[in-house]
Amino acid sequence: MKHRLKQIVTILAALAVWAGSQPSGLRASEHATAQVNTTGLAVTDDTVTVGQLHSATGTMAISETGSIQAEQLAIEQINAMGGVLGRKIKIIVEDGASDWPTFAEKAKKLLVNDKVASVFGCWTSASRKAVLPVFEKENGMLYYPTFYEGLEQSKNVIYTGQEATQQILAGLDWIAKEKKAKTFYLIGSDYIWPRTSNKIARKHIENVLKGTVVGEEYYALGHTQFGSLINKIKLKKPDVIYAIVVGGSNVSFYKQLKAAGITSDKWTVLTISVTEDEVLGIGGENLVGFYSAMKYFQSLENDNNKGFVEAFKAKYGPKSVIGDVTQAAYLGPWLWKLAVEKAGSFDIDKIAAASPGIEFTKAPEGYVKIHENHHLWSKLRIGQWQTDGQAKVLYESELIEPNPFPKGYQ
Amino acid sequence: MFGYSPSELWSIFVMQGFAGLSLFSVLLLMSLGLAIIFGQMGVVNLAHGEFMALGAYMVYLCSQIVHNHFPSLVPFYFIIAVGIAFLAAAVVGLFVEWSLIRFLYKRPLDTLLATWGLSLIMQQAFRSIFGAREVTPTLPDWLMGSFKPTDTIDIPINGVFVMGLTLLLTFGVWLFMFRSRTGLQMRATVQNRMMSGAAGINTGRIDRFTFALGCGIAGAAGAAFTTIGSTGPDSGSRYIVDTFLVVVFGGTASLLGTVASAFGIAQGQSILEFFLKGTMGKVSVLSLIVIILMIRPQGLFTSKVRS
Repeated sequence: MKHRLKQIVTILAALAVWAGSQPSGLRASEHATAQVNTTGLAVTDDTVTVGQLHSATGTMAISETGSIQAEQLAIEQINAMGGVLGRKIKIIVEDGASDWPTFAEKAKKLLVNDKVASVFGCWTSASRKAVLPVFEKENGMLYYPTFYEGLEQSKNVIYTGQEATQQILAGLDWIAKEKKAKTFYLIGSDYIWPRTSNKIARKHIENVLKGTVVGEEYYALGHTQFGSLINKIKLKKPDVIYAIVVGGSNVSFYKQLKAAGITSDKWTVLTISVTEDEVLGIGGENLVGFYSAMKYFQSLENDNNKGFVEAFKAKYGPKSVIGDVTQAAYLGPWLWKLAVEKAGSFDIDKIAAASPGIEFTKAPEGYVKIHENHHLWSKLRIGQWQTDGQAKVLYESELIEPNPFPKGYQ
Repeated sequence: MFGYSPSELWSIFVMQGFAGLSLFSVLLLMSLGLAIIFGQMGVVNLAHGEFMALGAYMVYLCSQIVHNHFPSLVPFYFIIAVGIAFLAAAVVGLFVEWSLIRFLYKRPLDTLLATWGLSLIMQQAFRSIFGAREVTPTLPDWLMGSFKPTDTIDIPINGVFVMGLTLLLTFGVWLFMFRSRTGLQMRATVQNRMMSGAAGINTGRIDRFTFALGCGIAGAAGAAFTTIGSTGPDSGSRYIVDTFLVVVFGGTASLLGTVASAFGIAQGQSILEFFLKGTMGKVSVLSLIVIILMIRPQGLFTSKVRS
């Protein structure tokens, strides 16, 4: 009798192991559509439709192309593994065309007409702010990839990039310690992200590092003449030039720094706005020795990243590069899959509730975890640019808690 | 003074003077082509910036070809590339005049719309051919360094190059317009088309030639700017406002006016940027220009024509 019982237990255990080892995606029959989709989303017995909303045309196309590619790669990989709750993911791609009202309009179309189960999209803060009321009113789910200024939190958004304090504080701490830096010159393009970030940087420099900010300046987007600024920098001789210049201005800025003799042998430049994508335009030779503070660099050495870089290059060509935001965009579909599986449902409310606490160990950047505030716990790394356009990673922080509303920094 | 040594102040003074001159040559180079097309012919060419971008892309193309096939030529190709940029933009300009502009000389407002449409077409063409990302040609090393007369003074060589090219082109345009037979015919056509036609000038051909010349200069300007900035499908639109500003402020139809206005705007902007904060410098310059244009709507210089 006792022997019999033992046998049954063994068989049961084996069954449990077998069931557990089955990829959860293969068991669509266990998740009847009526059960996993109670709000009328575009979910059928074998497919689920999601939306992708980036700028494929216009000024921002330069930056957003990488995100579009990464999200599609992730979805392709998820489908190859059997999809989400046994359903293949279908994508409806919409073009926000670098125009914020268009973003809002397309978001509404995706949520109201197409009833997509989630949206991967937006890049600039302006586009996110434009679609946010639509997502909150129509109760959609947005996975937003860009590092941004913080001061926002929504039930309907998962922020897969870093918010400002995650990106700024550890970087400043490192440079202050490494270079014994006391004086900082803050430079930015003139819009919300650089201004908010520099505000946080200034508070941290003055209150925590006990250093001084010897200059803080903003230039219009697209500004190409930095001669006067460079002369001012030379006069003030800051220990660190802290730059948040974006877009076309970036190229002019670094070319002119180099031409004016501001190079890494005598000066320290730290930026939070240059990823591998930007380096492609600026040219590695104009950046050699300067530092970027990011959570991800293409050159990261771990198995997740190796596989990711290989798959990306196989799909988009050996010359393609991967920047911080591209990697963050790649996380979106995976985090959504995990949330759906944890919730056992495609319903937006259930995913939003299930998201906090989700851990993703296969991220190219390493381990990430979703915080209650819908941002990610992530590390900060300092990369030093080389002539070939890749960064050498010099420093890696501990996991940093996201804090989109930092006290004492506003 | 202010805690700085006299030698430091002197070197900043020199470098700041150079920054002003360098901005001056950039503005002048941008506007020279438009001064001919808009100033002389009266065509409001909103696609001017795209002709500059075309020139810049030509340099990028040359750099790719040289880099991949003739690496030994890398130090020298740039000069030739500027020439190629000039020719390419001029040829496209020729075609545009023949196919579009010549039907619109009597309808200036329609040229505005037509050239704006043209600029959109060209932007999308760049995007389809070269991709949406900004590109930078690989520049020869001698162009990117700086020249150090003393320890504390750095004069960027790319700035000197742009300045040299500006001098050369401005002098060339002046020589052509005021010392050559074609230039004479061109000015005659601008002043009185009917009369010039009656005097035996082929005004259609002169128009086409003038337009192509203006576009060619824009192309060369775009090529020169690859040394200071990047090139994207819509980088043309970055230049267009400044370009019209210089030409209008200088007074249309006056080459000297364009030079004077570029100089004034450049010096004003670079000095104000030094003493004020970044964006404020530009804002103050723009406000000043608005005030001056309110007092003197015809711009700084006017050519005296009986009409």
